[in-house]
Amino acid sequence: MYVAVKGGEAAIANAHRLLADRRRGDRALPAITIDQVVEQLGLAVDRVMAEASLYDRALAALAVRQARGDMIEAIFILRAYRTTLPRFGYCEPVDTAKMKVERRVSATYKDLPGGQLLGPTFDYTHRLLDPSLIGEEPVDEPVLKEPGEHVMRVSDILDGEGLIEGDGKMPEGHVAGDLTREPMEFPMARDLRLQALARGDEGFLLALAYSTQRGYGRTHPFVGEVRIGEVEVELELPELGFAVSLGVIRVTECQMVNQFKGSSRQPPQFTRGYGLVFGQSERKAMSMSLVDRALRTDEFDEDIVAPAQDQEFVISHADNVQATGFVEHLKLPHYVDFQAELDLVRRMRREHDAAQAGGKDGMKEAAE
Amino acid sequence: MMDAAKTSDDAGVAQRREGMRLLARATLGELSLAWDAIDDKPEVAPVRGPETGLVMVRGKIGGGGDPFNLGEATVSRATVRLSTGEVGHGQLLGTDKARARLAAIFDALFQSAAHRASVEALHEQVAARLDAEDRRKAEETAATRVDFFTMVRGED
Repeated sequence: MYVAVKGGEAAIANAHRLLADRRRGDRALPAITIDQVVEQLGLAVDRVMAEASLYDRALAALAVRQARGDMIEAIFILRAYRTTLPRFGYCEPVDTAKMKVERRVSATYKDLPGGQLLGPTFDYTHRLLDPSLIGEEPVDEPVLKEPGEHVMRVSDILDGEGLIEGDGKMPEGHVAGDLTREPMEFPMARDLRLQALARGDEGFLLALAYSTQRGYGRTHPFVGEVRIGEVEVELELPELGFAVSLGVIRVTECQMVNQFKGSSRQPPQFTRGYGLVFGQSERKAMSMSLVDRALRTDEFDEDIVAPAQDQEFVISHADNVQATGFVEHLKLPHYVDFQAELDLVRRMRREHDAAQAGGKDGMKEAAE
Repeated sequence: MMDAAKTSDDAGVAQRREGMRLLARATLGELSLAWDAIDDKPEVAPVRGPETGLVMVRGKIGGGGDPFNLGEATVSRATVRLSTGEVGHGQLLGTDKARARLAAIFDALFQSAAHRASVEALHEQVAARLDAEDRRKAEETAATRVDFFTMVRGED
């Protein structure tokens, strides 16, 4: 029996009003602006864009503010917003070789064309709280230097010697799948897995990537390179018959180089994992590339022995909007379900007690 | 003859394409000022939009392989027709429909001989700003390049 229950409208309205009050906080303090969030909490904005799978810095900052800084709530809000907009088309693939590089490091080559460019990194900071950031101490302008040569892709260096597998090829005639248009099915092709990983939860992917390093599906990785910078987004206009630029977006790319595979037909060569993420997020891009490589078991005839290699496990649980929806729905009213369970357990208890009592009586009778 | 026509056509496409790239990056201020500065403004009729929607941004597997869908981005676009007959398209990242409409107007004006010079002046202004911004960023990044030096061990 399904019993509809009404009520709570006033409580809900008042709760939302209270939420708005708490979000605003102390009225004696100035309200935080969207521009301030974009400029000063930029990496929070980037994470929301990446996991909402929607690139728009201003809207992501609005979501962060609306969610009081709760990242998954902000991601949820932005993901919901995208469903209100029509789709204009599919862009030309971005060309990361032409990226305007703001950071590029390689762990495989010390000296390489373009050099090691540290950019605005937390690396080599001492992770000590900085009291100067409590107030409004003036900040120094960056140092400027004459730019060097073109920042060459590390995979192209190794590729020149034939020591590394090529960039990923899908079977002839394959059309890139789109998770926003088709239901998930397993086994899932690599292009779709990359789309799922690109919007997957950073914490979940980080944990899986870490598990491969600790022995659960080891892949012997090296960071070929991580690069961060702006790439041009181009869309073909059918009215004109050519592609035009819509502007630039910042992305983070990771080329992970993994230990070799070979066969009787093919000499040993390095294998690869790939990560590409909206915004500046090398932790996410590196995790993505490790998990991408771990999931390629079918291509390298590897046994699936660890969670990070199990594509159904990884892809089905990587989306934090889905995950939070299912976990958090448990707090919504389940009064009727629980009442039914309660009745059931009471009946079982009665039967258990009766059986116990009957058993004891039987024993007594036998003894007499 | 055919080849010559095609070459000039290709050059025209390349110019318009480059112009549209710059208009997509122009600020509302740059576009508004340039529009205000035009004397004999034609009437502008909307053909489509301005409207905001999404495009699916794609990457390439491994950086250079087959495409995959990376995630969406907001885009605003508009198509306009001038009273002088030219049709222009504006499309740019983000939700700023006013910018998209002005970009479409300037794309249309670019095709009119009477206004071409003022549109080119706007193109140049935007290009100069973008070049300066890119240059500055490249210089900031270059200053964080690691200069390795080798430690010499032992006495000599």
